[in-house]
Amino acid sequence: MKNKRSLRFLAVLGVFSLIVAACGDGGVEFEAGELGAVTVEAGEAIQIRSLNAISGEVAFLGIPNQRAVEMAIADYGQIQGHDVSMGTGLDDLCSPEGGQQAAQTIVSDEQVVGVIGTSCSGAAEGAMPLIADAGLVMISASNTSPSLTSDLEGTAGTSYFEGYYRTAHNDLFQGQAAANFVYNNLNLTKVALIHDGDPYTNGLTTAFENAFVELGGEIVIHTAVAREQTDMVPVLTEVAGFGPELIFMPIFPAEATFIVQQAGGVSGLEDVEWMGADGISVENFMNLPESENMYFSGPDTQFASNTNESTDLSGEQFLADYESEFAEAPSADFWGHAYDATTMLLEAIEEVGVVDGDVLHIDRLALREALTAVTGYSGLIGEISCDEFGDCGSSVISIFQHNNLADHQASKANILYTYPES
Amino acid sequence: MSTEVAPEVAKTRRFKFNWVDSFLWFVRVAAIIAITIGVVGSFQNFAAGEGPSAVAWRDLIISSISTGSMYGLIALGYSMVYGVLGFINFAHGEVFMSGTMVGLISATILFRSGFWDSNPFISIFVVLIVAMITSTLVAIVIERVAYRPLRGAPRLIPLITSIGVSFFVQYTFAGLFGVALRNYPPAPPQLAQTISIFGLPISGTRALVIAVAIISMIGLWYFVTKTKTGSAMRAVAEDKEIAGLMGIDVDKTIVTTFAVGGAMAGVAGLMWALLFRGVDFLTGFLPGIKAFTAAVLGGIGNLPGAMLGGVILGLFEGVGPLLVLGGLGIPGVSQLKDAVAFAALVLVLIFRPTGLLGERLGSEDRV
Repeated sequence: MKNKRSLRFLAVLGVFSLIVAACGDGGVEFEAGELGAVTVEAGEAIQIRSLNAISGEVAFLGIPNQRAVEMAIADYGQIQGHDVSMGTGLDDLCSPEGGQQAAQTIVSDEQVVGVIGTSCSGAAEGAMPLIADAGLVMISASNTSPSLTSDLEGTAGTSYFEGYYRTAHNDLFQGQAAANFVYNNLNLTKVALIHDGDPYTNGLTTAFENAFVELGGEIVIHTAVAREQTDMVPVLTEVAGFGPELIFMPIFPAEATFIVQQAGGVSGLEDVEWMGADGISVENFMNLPESENMYFSGPDTQFASNTNESTDLSGEQFLADYESEFAEAPSADFWGHAYDATTMLLEAIEEVGVVDGDVLHIDRLALREALTAVTGYSGLIGEISCDEFGDCGSSVISIFQHNNLADHQASKANILYTYPES
Repeated sequence: MSTEVAPEVAKTRRFKFNWVDSFLWFVRVAAIIAITIGVVGSFQNFAAGEGPSAVAWRDLIISSISTGSMYGLIALGYSMVYGVLGFINFAHGEVFMSGTMVGLISATILFRSGFWDSNPFISIFVVLIVAMITSTLVAIVIERVAYRPLRGAPRLIPLITSIGVSFFVQYTFAGLFGVALRNYPPAPPQLAQTISIFGLPISGTRALVIAVAIISMIGLWYFVTKTKTGSAMRAVAEDKEIAGLMGIDVDKTIVTTFAVGGAMAGVAGLMWALLFRGVDFLTGFLPGIKAFTAAVLGGIGNLPGAMLGGVILGLFEGVGPLLVLGGLGIPGVSQLKDAVAFAALVLVLIFRPTGLLGERLGSEDRV
C-alpha cells in the first residue's frame, strides 16, 4: 500500500515536470500569430517539401521541378545560420488522390514551413484543403488551372485556398494566346477541343473556347477522353464528323500518344492541324513521328538572359548546371518557375523569421502576408509580382511549331507567336 | 421457375400485379424507345449530311469489330474457366497483360536489331509465339499456386483469391518493367496499307486482327470438339465428379483449360500490340473487365457465345454512343463509351438473363 502511494506521487511529480518543461519559456518576445509558428531549434534545418509528379507517365513533368528545387536550395545557402532541407521528394501522382495523400504526409510533420508543388492542377485541388488548414504555404511551378486562383477579374476560383501561390501562368492567358494565334495567325475558324476532365485540361479548353468565340471563331465540338483510355477511334470519328480545321488537345502524353497514333486511321482528319499545350511538349511525346508539325503552346522558356536576384544565377547558367549535374537537359518547361518559387519562399522565410539566440521562429501568417506582398521580384522567368489570389507568374506565353524531331530545344526555339504581343 | 399447373387452374388464374416485374417491363420499353429514337435520329443526321461520313461509319464499325474480336479472345478464357471450375478468374486480364508486356520486350529487341523492319511478318509471328507462351505459363502458374489448393472450397473463395492474384501480377510487372507506358514499334508499312476484302477497304492491321481471331476460333472449336483433350474438357465442364469416375484426369484437364485460355489471351496480346501499341502494367485491367462482360453477354460457359459477346460488346462501345446518344442530340458522347458498354450489358441481361446464346453451366450450378 505504501509503495503504491509513493509510486503514484512520483508519477504525478513526473508528469508535472514534463508539463513544466514543455511549457517552458526561454524568455522570448516572440508571439505566434493566429496560424501558429514553426520553431527551428539550434542546429536543426528549416523544413520545406517538394511535391511533384515524379513517377509514371508524367514523371517528365515533375522530375525537372524537383531537381530545380534541390538546386535552388543549394544555391541559396543558409537562412540565419540554419540549413534548409527538402527531405525526400514527394509524389503527387498527377491526381487529386495523390495530392491529398502526399498532403497528409506533409501536414503531419509540424516542422514543415512550405511546399513547392504540385505539378498537376488536379493534385493541387486535392492537396490544398489540407495544406491551407494546417497553415502552410504552397507555391506551384506548373499548376495553371484558373480554378486554383481566380478569374483574373476579382472572383476567387472554385478551388482557391489561402496559402496558395504559383509562379506558373494562369491558363486564362494561355487560352487567350492560343485563340489569338489560331484565329489571327493561322486564320482558322473551326476548332475542335479535346480535354480529359482534369481541371488543367478542362480549364484550358474552356479558356480557349471563351476567347476564340469572342474573336469570332467557332468551336465545332468540345469533348473529352478518359484518363488511361486507349481506344480513341470512336471519339476521333465523332470529332471528324464535325469537320474541324484544327484540333486543340491540351492533354497529357499517354492519351495524346494514342490519339495521334490512331488519327491516321480515321477518315476526315487528313487535313486537320493539331495543337497541344505544355502537358505534351515533353520528350517522350515529341519523339513520336506523328507529332511533327504540331503546334504547342506553353510558357515562354527563353530565360537564358534572365537572372534570379536571390542567387545571381542566369537561365543559361542554370541549364549548364542542370546538364552537368544530371547529364541531360530538363525534360519539361517549368524548371525556371520551380527555381524561382523556391528562392521566393526562402526569401520570404528569411524576411519574416524572428531570430532568438540560436532559435528561429517563423510565423505562418506573416509568411503568407510576405508572399502575397511580393512585387517586382526578379527571377529566371522574368519579373514576379503576386496578386491577392496567389497568381505571381509572368504571363508570357509562346507558341512554337515542332519542326525538329531530333533536337527538341531547336523546335522550342521555333516560336511563331508570343503573348502578350509587344 | 416452371410450375406445372392443371389446365383448369391455369384458366382461372388471374394476372397478379407485381411492382418489380412492372418496373422491369417499364425499363425494357423505355430502353427500346430511347434506342429507337437515337438510331432514327442518327440516320436522319446522316441523311442530312451531318455527323460522321459513310466512310467514317464504316471504318468505325470495322474498328469496333476488330477491338471486339480481341475482347472475344480474352472472354474465351473467362468462359472456359467458369465452365470448368465455376468461378470468374479475375486474374485473366493480367494473363493477357503479361503476354503483351513480354511481347513488347521481344518486339523492342527485334526493332533495335533492325529485324523488325526487314522481316516484319516473321517478327510479328515471333511476338505472337512469345506472347502466347508467356500468357500460357502465367495462367498455369496461377492455377497451380492459387486455385488448385482451393479446389474444394466454396466458390466465393477462389473468386476473391483471383482478385488478389490480379493485383499481385499487376504490381509484380510494375516492379519488373516499371510503370511508364511503353510503345510497340510501329506496324510495318505493308500492314498499314488498306487492303480490299469483298470490295470493302479495310486497314491492314484491322484485317489481320480479325483474321487471326477467326483462325483462333476455328482452331479452338476444332480442339474442343474433335480432339480427345477437348472432349475431356467438355466432360469435366459438364460434371467433374462423373468425369473423374470415367477415367479422365481432372487435374490435368483443368490445367489444359487454363493453358488454352492463356494461349488465347496471348493471341489477344498480339492484337493489342497491333491495334493500340501502348502497354503498361494496368493494360489488362479494363479489357479484362470488358471481356468478362462479353462472356456474360454471350452466355457464360458458352465458347461461341464468348466470341459473339466480344464482338457485340466492341460494337456497342464503339458505335453505340455515336449511334444512339449522338442521334438523341447529346454532344461529346464518346467519353461515355464505357458507360454505354456496361449499360448494354445490363439491358441485354434484362431482356435475356442467360445471355445471348444461353449459359452452359456445370452440374453443380444447374437448377
